[in-house]
Amino acid sequence: MNIIVCIKQVPDTESKIRVKADGSGIETTDIKWIMNPYDEFAVEEALKLRDKMADGSQVTAITVGPKTRATEVLRTALAMGADNAVVINTADNLDSNSTAAALAGAIKKESGYGVVFTGKQAIDDDCAQVSQIIAEYLGVPHSTVIIKFDLAADKQAVTLEREVEGGSKEVIELKLPSVVGANKGLNSPRYASLPGIMKAKKKEIKEYEFSSLGVAATEAKISYKGFQLPPARPASKLIDGDVATQSATLVKLLREEAKVI
Amino acid sequence: MENILVFVEHKAGKVKGSSSELLGAAKKSGATVHAMALGPGAKSLADELGALGASVAYVCDSENLKNYNPEAYLQMVSGVIKDKQPAICLAANTSLAKDLFPRVGAKVGCGVASDCTSLTITGSNATARRPMYAGKVSAEVVFSNSSTKIFLMRPNALGPATNSPGKKADLVDLPAPSTDLKTLIKEVVTGTSSKLDLTEANIIVSGGRGMKGPENFKILDELASVLGATVGASRAVVDAGWVPHDMQVGQTGKTVSPTLYIACGISGAIQHLAGMSSSKVIVAINKDKDAPIFQKATYGIVGDLFEVVPLLTAEFKKILK
Repeated sequence: MNIIVCIKQVPDTESKIRVKADGSGIETTDIKWIMNPYDEFAVEEALKLRDKMADGSQVTAITVGPKTRATEVLRTALAMGADNAVVINTADNLDSNSTAAALAGAIKKESGYGVVFTGKQAIDDDCAQVSQIIAEYLGVPHSTVIIKFDLAADKQAVTLEREVEGGSKEVIELKLPSVVGANKGLNSPRYASLPGIMKAKKKEIKEYEFSSLGVAATEAKISYKGFQLPPARPASKLIDGDVATQSATLVKLLREEAKVI
Repeated sequence: MENILVFVEHKAGKVKGSSSELLGAAKKSGATVHAMALGPGAKSLADELGALGASVAYVCDSENLKNYNPEAYLQMVSGVIKDKQPAICLAANTSLAKDLFPRVGAKVGCGVASDCTSLTITGSNATARRPMYAGKVSAEVVFSNSSTKIFLMRPNALGPATNSPGKKADLVDLPAPSTDLKTLIKEVVTGTSSKLDLTEANIIVSGGRGMKGPENFKILDELASVLGATVGASRAVVDAGWVPHDMQVGQTGKTVSPTLYIACGISGAIQHLAGMSSSKVIVAINKDKDAPIFQKATYGIVGDLFEVVPLLTAEFKKILK
């Protein structure tokens, strides 16, 4: 089985995000780039599945982005243990639909894919759409926000647990091939080993130009303008006194000044 | 007259609050409002949907739609959008809609704006803003190449709807979905917690590394129980395995905007602040007066949470009993 994992390079969660002076987007200079945290769970589950199959199955990591930078995230996936890597090169800021169309185009070129893993959402634009749209363009079933993944004994289906509101869970069976969006809680992603990192440096990365994948310009559906930082919060009020006074004062302020209790 | 389609979620014979908000906003715009409701009980909603402003409701009460099945729901919703070509489609940004609508958008060739926090409808046009980077920035959504604009609205973003009883929506029956599916819902395990989900909670009491260990979260549970609050946590304590990951607030957890957020022993890493700084009132309790959380706090107490929290619980008990 060819196990695909789609990953994205995003600004580190500790990054301070700054808006461009004209409000057209965010400043990307001085940003530290990391693998989208939800994609780490996707990579780990792909590796676990490959090892469980133990039949020569391989893990192929795919990303979309400017190749000089975006290949870093593929090196990370290779260092964690992925077998192959593919970059779809584009300098453009793509929306979910165009990204998914390009990924589906590249996945179709891979022979015999069984499971396509993604993160449940990327923590930059927070759209949580690409996973489901890939499934639509591949014409296969999907599920997202997955916290448990089990391969059926006949290897023709998977049983998943999907987390929904209020601590509830849906148990879902999907026939393969299918697309699965990983959530935190699915597993504990491994760290890249030093030999893994050394080996990853030498691996060849397959390249497609975005323009070669037949994604029409009309596939771009969503763009953004008027980027803004959240409004500043009013200055905070530190409450003085001994502990008993502090507690009583806080409760009084919440009730009488803020009126939230 | 312009046409807005509202996807309605319902439970125990009632329209969910997050869906009635959408009907309210659609009605206020002056457009013709059509609703769509799926699963057993959908047909009994005619009065409530009418009162909330829908003139027509597309319904299917098939047992096969009782639980959310992505494939079956995709068929139903994309079928109605293709057929009726509404200018605008609204759904609440729930677990169900977040999973379903991106794929619906791709199937009908239209864009989807996820997790919007504001919406202005003017005739056949609508604009929305949505947070990104877990709320570190926000931006206005611009649609292109989309005959229907699909918006997923964050619950509580639009405010409660007004109800005009007496009107009834005309029900239009939809054919049941195909049963030849590659997706099977085997079981729905309902959460045992009676507490609201963090994303819906009005009050959140959250603990960080300052809690010193999982056993101490019981003092937060006690405070939360007096306030009717939901307990949350920082990434550090989730990663340490003290509490389950579904309690995590922040950029790799849940983005929350309660009326009151009480942060106990949380220093305030950027990724945590991003996930909670749209809360109306923030209280920070921390030993370290230089902790970044105090810059976002409405009220701060520099002190030992193990002394402060039980006293707060006792004070709240006095006024809330």
